[in-house]
Amino acid sequence: MADELKDIVLKYVIAEYLEDGADPITYDTPLISGGIVDSFSMVSLKRFLENKYKISIPDDQATPEAFDSVDKIAVLVRKFTQA
Amino acid sequence: MSNIGNYDERYKTFSWEQAANELDYKPGGVINIGWYCSDRICDLGKGEKTALIWEGLGGAEKTYTYHDIRRASNTIGAFLRGLGIRPEDRVCLFMDKVPELYLGVLGILKIGAIAQPLFSAFGDESLFVRLDNAQTRAVITQRKHAPKVRKILDKLPNLEFLIIVDHDGKPLREREVAFSLEKSEPVEKIEIHPTLAESPSLLHYTSGTTGLPKGVKHVHYSLLAQYMSARWALDLRDDDIYWCTADPGWVTGTSYGVIGPWCLGVTQCVLDSGFSADAWYKFIEKHRISNWYSAPTAIRSLMKAGEEVIKKYDLSSLRALSSVGEPLNSEAVIWSERVYGKPFLDTYFQTETGSIMITNYQGMKVKPGSMGKPFPGTTAVVLDQKTFEPIPESGKIGLIALKPGWPSMMRTYWNNEETYGKKFKNGWYMTGDRASIDKEGYFWFVGRDDDIINTGGHLVSPFEVESALIEHPAVAESAVVSKPDPINMEVVKAFVTLKAGFTPSADLDLEIMNFIRKKLSPLAMPQEIEFTDALPKTRSGKIMRRILKAKEWGEEIGDTSTLEND
Repeated sequence: MADELKDIVLKYVIAEYLEDGADPITYDTPLISGGIVDSFSMVSLKRFLENKYKISIPDDQATPEAFDSVDKIAVLVRKFTQA
Repeated sequence: MSNIGNYDERYKTFSWEQAANELDYKPGGVINIGWYCSDRICDLGKGEKTALIWEGLGGAEKTYTYHDIRRASNTIGAFLRGLGIRPEDRVCLFMDKVPELYLGVLGILKIGAIAQPLFSAFGDESLFVRLDNAQTRAVITQRKHAPKVRKILDKLPNLEFLIIVDHDGKPLREREVAFSLEKSEPVEKIEIHPTLAESPSLLHYTSGTTGLPKGVKHVHYSLLAQYMSARWALDLRDDDIYWCTADPGWVTGTSYGVIGPWCLGVTQCVLDSGFSADAWYKFIEKHRISNWYSAPTAIRSLMKAGEEVIKKYDLSSLRALSSVGEPLNSEAVIWSERVYGKPFLDTYFQTETGSIMITNYQGMKVKPGSMGKPFPGTTAVVLDQKTFEPIPESGKIGLIALKPGWPSMMRTYWNNEETYGKKFKNGWYMTGDRASIDKEGYFWFVGRDDDIINTGGHLVSPFEVESALIEHPAVAESAVVSKPDPINMEVVKAFVTLKAGFTPSADLDLEIMNFIRKKLSPLAMPQEIEFTDALPKTRSGKIMRRILKAKEWGEEIGDTSTLEND
């Protein structure tokens, strides 16, 4: 099912963190544990989400587990946009 | 009983001759790390023993015996030789933690070439300055990282070969070569280049406060120190299943992720995936890891993940735990003893020292938060910051210095003898770190003596980040300092003034962060950018980083008499 939020995040991850010619990724591809986004780069991904959705994600909720896939990121973002 | 036994006795009686004897090395004779880490272990009758258990994404797993790594490194060495790679040519390994990285180090060393591992997350600018400085002849990489090399290929006339280890059959471009370890005919025997003690082995790049990164040149003789310290500092034993979490793009990953375990004939495991507490604990449980060498950043991340997750796994195989990269805080030592039943022991060394210099030892009293004591065969002191004489009193802070002469001491900075010379004062090698020594001889780390940023155990040069920042079209000036961080100890913070026509915004902030991440590396990316109208400068126009840093750390600003507009 199409999901605008997930599409935006997926496009951003592909554009910013994947090298040209890298294997395609999907909503459930492991990002952090899969080595696509490292813990340092997670900060810029968090910043993108905060800017884009006008939210503030507390550091204790910005965990590698919560950022480990586009699916999980969408859950996290919705938690704050719906709050 | 630990391998080292009684530390004080060892420290008094040890000489490097003991390491040479144990390795059957005769002064003046051939010493080749590649051979020592594979062929020799097979000659000792351990060819069928597992050398490497590798696990990648999605549970992919490969296992190699010592015979396998001997043949695989022969195969890589023969392939490189076939391309025309000669002794002392620099061959860069630019890969994730795939088996070819580990085996490639041995293959390169076997033919007498110099292995130049570079962290695979480096951006094209970081990559370029290191390949350009080393005049590297070949880069071995994966398909996914090849585009970064292609971007800078035109600026690197000395780079003749871009070797891709997982080529997918698409047409290769100029200078590109495909190599598949799995599809190559295994080479049973190869003529090992007769390297001597002072023959160059590895070239690791490290950041400097000013100027470009420095290529730290090591030699094959370093083996003696890596062998001895893997035994006595890490307490590696024949029946250990060892896991070094460091990437061979950094010195720990080669000294103790390749050379240390393999010259001892130990089984080691490699996990080539990103961090998660679950994945790490699962890996320990699955492979019954007994000896674990990790880093404070990872340990603090595991602390953050909590104790519930630990209960899901059987970690009873863990026997010896060590840490490196930055000082290990006392809380982490105490926590690890409580939750794993064993404390993480802090070890201290640098890219330049090549092996562990000051450390805590199994069996020796642990003082949480302390660096431990000097390794046998080394002399470590703290020097007065003005006279550069050893400080006799305990508890007084000085500069950590080492008496040159241990086997793994760097031999020079590549093409930079002048900077190398500056590392010595009064006959001491200056580490650039500050510490005190207590009454019992334990060292206590205080901090760096320069502006270098230690983030997650990796050194970042503020100069390099500042230089990259001003290449962004919006940035007029920048100053880069460290700021405290609960997980990474320090992270990069940038103060930026903007050019006319640009205004600070959240989007510009993110754009600049990503600009640095791609150009240099994720480690160098400022985790915070502060837009400011002006930077503090001396009257001669030099940016005063220390003022900005003091503010970040809540410290006294100190003397501001030279401050412009003061």
